[in-house]
Amino acid sequence: MTAPRTLFQKVWDNHIVIDSDPTLLYVDLHLVHEVTSPQAFAGLNQSGRTVRRPDLTVATVDHGIPTTGRSLGIRDPLSKKQIDALVQNCKDHDITMFGLDDPRQGIVHVVGPEQGLTQPGLVVVCGDSHTSTHGAFGALAFGIGTTEVEHVLATQTIWQAKPRSMAVEVEGELPWGVAAKDLILGIIAQIGVSGGTRHVIEYRGQAIHDLSMEQRMTICNMSIEGGARAGMIAPDETTIRYIEGRPFAPKGARWDEAVSAWESLVTDPDAVFDKVAVVDASRLVPHVSWGVNPAQTVPVTGAVPSPDAYDDPQQRDAAVRALEYMALRPGTPIFDIAVDHVFLGSCTNGRIEDLRAAARVVDGRKVDSHVSAVVVPGSMQVKAQAESEGLHEVFEAAGFSWRDAGCSSCLAMNPDVIPAGERCASTSNRNYEGRQGRGARTHLVSPAMAAAAAIAGHFVDVREWEGS
Amino acid sequence: MKPVTAITGTMMPLDRGDVDTDQIIPQQFLKRIERDGYGEFLFYNWAHTDDGAPSSDFILNDPARRGARVLVTGPNFGCGSSREHAPWALQQWGFEAVITASAADIFRNNSSYVGLLVVELPQDAVTRLIDLATDPTAEVSIDLESQTVTADGLEEHFDFNPTAKERLLTGLDGIGVTMGHDDLISSHEEARPSWLPTTVEVSS
Repeated sequence: MTAPRTLFQKVWDNHIVIDSDPTLLYVDLHLVHEVTSPQAFAGLNQSGRTVRRPDLTVATVDHGIPTTGRSLGIRDPLSKKQIDALVQNCKDHDITMFGLDDPRQGIVHVVGPEQGLTQPGLVVVCGDSHTSTHGAFGALAFGIGTTEVEHVLATQTIWQAKPRSMAVEVEGELPWGVAAKDLILGIIAQIGVSGGTRHVIEYRGQAIHDLSMEQRMTICNMSIEGGARAGMIAPDETTIRYIEGRPFAPKGARWDEAVSAWESLVTDPDAVFDKVAVVDASRLVPHVSWGVNPAQTVPVTGAVPSPDAYDDPQQRDAAVRALEYMALRPGTPIFDIAVDHVFLGSCTNGRIEDLRAAARVVDGRKVDSHVSAVVVPGSMQVKAQAESEGLHEVFEAAGFSWRDAGCSSCLAMNPDVIPAGERCASTSNRNYEGRQGRGARTHLVSPAMAAAAAIAGHFVDVREWEGS
Repeated sequence: MKPVTAITGTMMPLDRGDVDTDQIIPQQFLKRIERDGYGEFLFYNWAHTDDGAPSSDFILNDPARRGARVLVTGPNFGCGSSREHAPWALQQWGFEAVITASAADIFRNNSSYVGLLVVELPQDAVTRLIDLATDPTAEVSIDLESQTVTADGLEEHFDFNPTAKERLLTGLDGIGVTMGHDDLISSHEEARPSWLPTTVEVSS
């Protein structure tokens, strides 16, 4: 009889090529984008190597592309060169690419799942830290650097020191009006930005089971913001229903084989985790970040904290610096913080359910005259779906700008840069200094909260609006 | 990659925690397709004023620190984005090592592939080094073979992944080493279930 194993352990074991420390793991799916791959392809070409498994590799463009006026081409010469390099590299190495004109183009972490490429039990890697998103399907998915991208291209394997296992047990039910984004911000506030370092998190409990796939992706996406190597959720009926019928999902007899394999991908009852955190979902409320890392958040009903609230001197200093960067004074009610920009999108919250949640809040209302608000769907497929539901009309009637898909203002590598000194309510994942543009001030929130802030011109408790 | 064995040099203290890779090298410098030329953009937003002039109060711009080889900094260094441009920028500015109480996972991995030595020491040892480093001429020595850090009045052992150590000491090309195991990769490959996805377009 084998010892009880965690979900993570099972997926790990299934991919061992060489059982040593570190372990050589086989990679089932390698996602590629334009920013972290050119040097990897250049290295491959210089050493005369080839891509071992182009049929397990897929590319798209997302980080540097404009979200308006694409027919005019890419004006930024550096971004253009980077995107052209990816097009050429994919052509040279026979890699499937969802390019700028492809109706499947989008953020790599939105595209993989929606095309049915992301499946339970896979090892998925990408030169991007938010690869953790794919763990929502019970895959082991993690971000890698450019040297590792080259290694995976050449060998379809990766050396990994084995992470430890961590359970985040989410007890209770998520209250009405509280989003998956609020749950993951609450988890990060509890465990801290390095609470998951050297660990793979498995999110567990009824509240997790009750989440849709889009919501689970929001949770796993931000695992890296808690420092974790990856985040995972065991596949269940919700997962299987989501995958079935998608373009790259198994069909016919293969589908039945796949589903029966996926059913074993659960943590055994007696398996032991190296670390456990327990979170009470029933006490959660909508969160707003006030500082410059994703653990620096407060309930929307709260106020900007004082650095004196921190016992640890390093945390206190960090809070002082954060308040200075964010131009906030301790004690300021979150409701009193006015916003200049609202960004709805990203690999965290750029999926159809996110846009629906925001549209429900926006419907029949107008964006505050001082606010510039944009919606950037996570993929062109999400955009098409939203348009078929008429969501674009809701947003445009309210005064939102309706864009093409990409990473956009989440990291401001394209023209969607938030100007210095201006404040943005953002559904993205990082409120780091300069993340949305040098001097830009980011407040992380859920899609519904961002939508409400766009209408009101300042943060409000969206639960009061949705109740009305 | 050049082999890394032992480093002796002066230190630069950066006494703050949770320094993310967006700070180490901001996104506007990630658009290039080359591997070099990132040194001048290290900590760009902290090192420059809004009009692009060097910020005189940021330690990186202190002429007495220009020769620093070891960055001594707070915990959770290199968190956030997976950009390998972060270790590239540190290295290309002139750093050969980073000493911290803890490094973020992806940053630690990336550094081990490019020859930037990331040493994790207990916080009290890091604090003592940061104190020592107020003197810009104070030196620290890191010996990878024996996994030891020495400085005035301090000698600390550090843990290090044995494979990363081997790679750094020899400077060997990791891909070449892995390709030497082609038989094992192929046999794993042949045993994979046939229902697993491929990215090849199938016309329906």
